[in-house]
Amino acid sequence: MASLLGGALIGLSAVLLMGLMGLMGRIAGIAVRLLPPYLDSETRGRVAFILGLIAAPSIWFLTTGAWPQMTLDAGAPLLLIAVLLVCFSSVWGAGCASSRGVCGLSRLSARSFVAVGTFMATAFLTVFLVRHVF
Amino acid sequence: MTTLVQFALGLLFGTGPVVAGMFDPATVLNFLDLAAIPSGSWDPSLAFVLLAATALTFVGYRVVLRRPKPMLDTQFHLPHKTRIEPPVTVRPAIFGLGWGLVGLCPGPAFTALGTGRLEALLFVAPMLLGMIAARLLALPSINGAPTQA
Repeated sequence: MASLLGGALIGLSAVLLMGLMGLMGRIAGIAVRLLPPYLDSETRGRVAFILGLIAAPSIWFLTTGAWPQMTLDAGAPLLLIAVLLVCFSSVWGAGCASSRGVCGLSRLSARSFVAVGTFMATAFLTVFLVRHVF
Repeated sequence: MTTLVQFALGLLFGTGPVVAGMFDPATVLNFLDLAAIPSGSWDPSLAFVLLAATALTFVGYRVVLRRPKPMLDTQFHLPHKTRIEPPVTVRPAIFGLGWGLVGLCPGPAFTALGTGRLEALLFVAPMLLGMIAARLLALPSINGAPTQA
């Protein structure tokens, strides 16, 4: 139930982002353009959007009185390797869960179906190898 | 005005994963662990999040994209590439590898940072630095591409 509600909030935000600003909810794409080099004048809006993402748990805390749970088991070396892979794929336009998964699939984009199928497959494989083989 | 709207939309976008527990890397990894299905400890919740988000966006996009332009801008900024080239599978494959390693992707990483947890900073700070580095390396090819976000 919480999953469906949370998903609906993400969807609602994606629809409003398109209806109001005409933008796709491409979080990796927004993150990539947060820092220099700046190639356009949309930086302020991007910073505001990311600040909104960061502020979300605080609103949850103010409403429920508890911080949402988070478990991050990975050690620093693994984190750095993962970050490197995510960075380069984002910059080169791989798309992320929000852009390909939510926005791309909703537009029935063939590229997004291929992308989501591909990153899901490698992610399934990675977790299998990390948890059950090594 | 539009900056404030962007902040509110980011807040709404970030609240989804918080409500669903989906910015928690453990939830993501427990979904990606298909080998847990036989033992019954598999967590399918990410599929429900994606289903609800995509279904609502599918319907919503059809409504708002019928209008001539968005309410606060002069045009819709949509990607136009439709052809499937080899890189369209190579890049997401690398993304999935990184995502599967720790269970974090850029959006939830920012939201995780908002809980004040130091580990999240260990992901977000190198992510932003890495993005600058990757972008400087990629810039010649990015310059020619549309720069919308």
